Amino acid sequence: MKKILLSLALVFSGTFLFAQQTYPVNGSYDIRQGMYAFTNANIVVNANQTISNGTLLIKGQTIQSVGSGTAIPKGYVVIDLKGKYIYPSLVDAFTSYGVTEASRQGAGGPRQSIFISTKKGAYGWNEAIRPETHVNTIFAIDTKKADDLRKAGFGSVNVINRDGISRGTSSAVTLSDERENSIILKPEASANYSFNKGTSQNDYPTSLMGSIALLRQTYYDAQWYGKQKEEYNISLEEFNKQQNLPQIFEADGWQNILRADKIAKEFGKQYIIKSTGDEYQRIDAVKATGASLIIPINFVKAYDVEDPADARAVTLTQMKGWEMAPTNPGVLEKAGIRFSLTAYGLDKPGDFWTNIRTAIDNGLSQKQALLAVTEVPAAMIGISDKVGTIEKGKLANFIITSDSLFKKNNLVLENWVQGKRFITYQKNEKDTVSKTAAKKEESKSNLSTGSLIYPFTAFGNASPLKQESVLLKNATVWTNEKEGILQNADVLLENGKIKSVGKNLSAGNAKVIDATGKHITPGLIDEHSHIAGTGGINEGAQSSSAEVRIADIINSEDVNIYRQLAGGVTTSQILHGSANPVGGQAQLIKLRWGKLPEELKFAGSDGFIKFALGENVKQSNFGTGARFPVTRMGVEQSFVDQFTRAKEYKAAMAAKGSTARRDLELDAIVEILDNKRFITCHSYVQSEINMLMNVADSLGFKINTFTHILEGYKVADKMKARGISASTFSDWWAYKMEVAEAIPYNGKIMHNVGITTAFNSDDAEMARRLNQEAGKAVLYGGVPEEDALKFVTLNPAKMLHIDNKVGSIKAGKDADVVIWSAHPLSIYAKAEKTFVDGISYWDISRDEQVRKEQNTERARLIKKMQDSKSKGGKTQRPVAESPRMYHCETVEDYSLELNESERTHTHE
Amino acid sequence: MNRYFLTLFLAAATAVSGFAQANISPAPAQSKQTCILGAKLHLGNGSVIENGYLIFDKGKITAIGDATVVRLDFTKNEVIQANGKHVYPGFIAPVTNLGLAEFESVKASLDFSEIGNLNPHIRSIVAYNTDSKVPATLRSNGVLMAQVTPQGGTVSGSSSVVQLDAWNWEDAAIKKDDAMHLNWPVTPKIRPGFGNRGPALSPELLKERTQNSINELEQLFAEAKAYSETAKPAVTNARLAAMKNLFNGTQRLFIHVDEQKDILAAVNFAKKHQITPVVVGGDEAYLVTDFLKQNNVSVVVKQPHALPNATDDDVNMPYKNAAVLVNAGLNVVVSIDGYWQQRNLPFMAGTVAAWGLDPEKALQTITLNTAKVLGIDKRTGSLEMGKDATFFISSGDALDMRTNHVEKAFIQGRDINLDNLHKQLDKKFSDKYNAQKP
Repeated sequence: MKKILLSLALVFSGTFLFAQQTYPVNGSYDIRQGMYAFTNANIVVNANQTISNGTLLIKGQTIQSVGSGTAIPKGYVVIDLKGKYIYPSLVDAFTSYGVTEASRQGAGGPRQSIFISTKKGAYGWNEAIRPETHVNTIFAIDTKKADDLRKAGFGSVNVINRDGISRGTSSAVTLSDERENSIILKPEASANYSFNKGTSQNDYPTSLMGSIALLRQTYYDAQWYGKQKEEYNISLEEFNKQQNLPQIFEADGWQNILRADKIAKEFGKQYIIKSTGDEYQRIDAVKATGASLIIPINFVKAYDVEDPADARAVTLTQMKGWEMAPTNPGVLEKAGIRFSLTAYGLDKPGDFWTNIRTAIDNGLSQKQALLAVTEVPAAMIGISDKVGTIEKGKLANFIITSDSLFKKNNLVLENWVQGKRFITYQKNEKDTVSKTAAKKEESKSNLSTGSLIYPFTAFGNASPLKQESVLLKNATVWTNEKEGILQNADVLLENGKIKSVGKNLSAGNAKVIDATGKHITPGLIDEHSHIAGTGGINEGAQSSSAEVRIADIINSEDVNIYRQLAGGVTTSQILHGSANPVGGQAQLIKLRWGKLPEELKFAGSDGFIKFALGENVKQSNFGTGARFPVTRMGVEQSFVDQFTRAKEYKAAMAAKGSTARRDLELDAIVEILDNKRFITCHSYVQSEINMLMNVADSLGFKINTFTHILEGYKVADKMKARGISASTFSDWWAYKMEVAEAIPYNGKIMHNVGITTAFNSDDAEMARRLNQEAGKAVLYGGVPEEDALKFVTLNPAKMLHIDNKVGSIKAGKDADVVIWSAHPLSIYAKAEKTFVDGISYWDISRDEQVRKEQNTERARLIKKMQDSKSKGGKTQRPVAESPRMYHCETVEDYSLELNESERTHTHE
Repeated sequence: MNRYFLTLFLAAATAVSGFAQANISPAPAQSKQTCILGAKLHLGNGSVIENGYLIFDKGKITAIGDATVVRLDFTKNEVIQANGKHVYPGFIAPVTNLGLAEFESVKASLDFSEIGNLNPHIRSIVAYNTDSKVPATLRSNGVLMAQVTPQGGTVSGSSSVVQLDAWNWEDAAIKKDDAMHLNWPVTPKIRPGFGNRGPALSPELLKERTQNSINELEQLFAEAKAYSETAKPAVTNARLAAMKNLFNGTQRLFIHVDEQKDILAAVNFAKKHQITPVVVGGDEAYLVTDFLKQNNVSVVVKQPHALPNATDDDVNMPYKNAAVLVNAGLNVVVSIDGYWQQRNLPFMAGTVAAWGLDPEKALQTITLNTAKVLGIDKRTGSLEMGKDATFFISSGDALDMRTNHVEKAFIQGRDINLDNLHKQLDKKFSDKYNAQKP
């Protein structure tokens, strides 16, 4: 037996049965019959069926029969596999095998002023949309990688050119080393997408929300393209042609799964989503998408935390992520989600088996594991008629193993690809290595894991906090209503609403909280915030980015949500930045810590959009200064142009039988014209404020709010005349030229003139103490205290059009209230409890408990990582992370950062 | 209540300085002995006199005490009746680029960060701009002195202490070149990648870079020490010469450093050169209080109005940090970043008081403790006899923005003008709108 194996391996060195007909041969033809009979094997036909002592007949690249007791016809080479196993070879639905992975270099920074495609030809305007890329035209066999993959047991893979947002078609290929002509199973296997613009040199998009907007616009453009005759566009034409293929979307993390799925639903698609393996964190939400998933098993290495000081650099999220990631495949299985596994992202394909066994130890069934590496991926890329199981008529793609596939000591002995034999295991070479490896794994014992928390970060809760009926007794209640400030009063919260306010209320079934000596105010409302977003808050590559939506990038896992609850904030308007005159659409959220991104959104609120004026828009302090506009004169014309076009667009769309192209940017502007979307405009000096008011008057739109509005005090009468609200800083100035005359009396003057005035944060730190900022209205100009508190409660509610729900303490309004330890405008006031919808998301005494438990959990995980290291587990060095904070002016490049980090990762 | 109060009622002039003067000129020298009567005196050393008197003459405090138990001769005094009001020592803003910057985004107005990595010869005092519009906005909240500090590089240069009512920097200086500022080389934090991927530079490489910078520092200090002991150096070196006073103890070494391991390394570095440093920043000082105490190290705590250092940290840790350190027995100074922001310094101390420190001790962190660290406590920092008459009167608790209301302020006995650009603009436009009213 041994002899046969070796000699056969030598024989098969260059020729094959199905050599291409069209290729000339240098010498005599040497075509073999390629007829083999594998006998006495345990044949795992598929995940449900195993034939023991079976026989497999193949001829050329095809399986002829599989069964037991099969008579072997003459002319077959018989290979006796007694005690061995035959499995379908593995299929990977997500690889970049055989294409060069190009990645954009970071030298030029995020903004290079490249506004349209640099690619020559009749292609689309943006290089990130490259559906014209077809892998079958660029694929070339990579013998080294093929060898690695075959050794891990793979027989066929989907080859994706991982570049761009619309990435074109992939090809399904086998891992044979014959000519490309014979190994491409399906030249167009899937159409591929991501949020990463890849090597595109265009500035746009710089942000995740820009990527989302660009992809959505591309779908609309493609629909329009199919119905028009004036333009020829290869990109859109190819895009349309690919719509019936399987659609594979590479997304990072469960939140991006939800984002991708939202796009899919908008256009009647169902993506197959390749993700990162954190789905266990929100398995229900992931399941609800209905998407099939391609899941990596590149579990993170333990952090080297022998020194406790180093452990401080590792977050609870990272520690728990290390512990829980291996449970992910099992969790997906239990949830009934269809998924395949990919070797993508592993340091080396050889780690595949180690990690898949880890996943099995952590709850993945062997049957599901087999499905996830054979039939499921084959079906995903439409090659299940050829591979994935061992059936008559399918390709002779199978592996021979020494044992049952998932056993620890199992070896992949041979990998047959299209009937061609590859010896994948040389006996005398690696024996000792794999045995010791197996031993190590056996000593890994402690499988007890901590529990999930929501959100999956510090201060997350193991179980959802409950809405309570609560009677807050005997406090000083700042109602913000005509009742004013009530002494020794009660507030009853029920079913998420304020049930009643007054003296000596009866508790009924409500839990009573004694608030004697304390103050109760409505929850604070921040008109201008940039927390709880991800992938950049500025899409500043063009002078208008009205098409982008903060709604698309809400990040429920941001610890700043919790930190701000600790400062009494309950509602925040998350705004686009101020890099361009027309920014993106805003999203109002409630700080519902632990809920999903969608659940954070303030239901039924009006849509807002960020506009901006001044230095940021002009790019005075950053950028190349090549993007229009660079003066306040140009800023005016940006708005004039935008609204003029929007009016024309509106008319064109309304025309009977209109074939006008849907434009997401102008849609948002039309909404403003129709009073369905409202402007909040970042503004500084009086000239520009005056300018925008005049533009609005002349083009027939309204300005709802001026935000920042630091020279509002100079034009307060003009604002008042137009009913415009103001949301400003209490005392910021001197941080740039346009705040040379910003004064802390600004709020007071505007308030006295009769403008609805608020103080906002624009800063994750300041938002933690907006009540103190309101206190500064008392310091600078002596605003009455009751009015001053309204600067951060009722007034922002009014300008956000939500004062019918929040902003005051009144029966029927949302139960968003704060209990303060002292006078709420005082430096000494601490928020002791913050309720949103009657749920106490912040409780200063519970927080102490949570921190204690968190420290215990961290200690447990540190110990576990130390154990793992001492048993020889791989580790990585912890590096402290500085958190990502966004302000108005934050300009970054989502894709560039993705590429940067990925490049480093590959080089590790 | 002292019965003399009544008889002196007429003498109690509380003249408010003229509003909205075009020029805000430095005040002339004190001409007459003055007595502040009846106020709650917050001495800045932890004590309080509920109903006190404070007499000052020729710029110095000449008498202070409990007004209910002494008999005072008021004939020689101008008297300021301040019943129910509060008197505080002038607050001192440590480690600020006040007067070195006017508009953060305008390069021409920035004078705090020089080119070069090792700049011990750079001196802030010569660039301090007494005509900046900013100091007047701080005075009206009680901040009357500042340590004007250069930034940037590993060794940024020397700070100087100034008072905030002066014609020019020579006038302003209280103590020139009080401290040398060193930014301890640290491994930079990375920003978390999207999609949980690794950092852009390998941790090993980052660590190596840090160590190289520390090695450079070691060499600089060793050579400077040797240079200071050389009677006639072969080559004159301005950098090394500027470090002389570090080794003879007349200039302090302020090391800007935050994390526990780095704090240990920085303090040990200084000790090796026989220097007792002051730690500035000290985010994680609370984790190494014993060590700091053993080494007699003062800490200038970064602004309490800050986000926690790490995601997993107590969300209120920055508020609590200073109190933890004071209660551990350290000499603690509270600071705030920036220059225009310094008008919020009082509220930093207020925050510290709200989160665990006795209010008078909290006051100390922006008065006497600061003076000690800057080496000016013999002449200022508290209300004590013989010290500079640098203090102010507030109608309410000055550590709380709700009640901070500075009515009068004195610097070295001079009755300073509390007007500022912001009050002037407020008046200009409030007048406009008032005139519009029917």
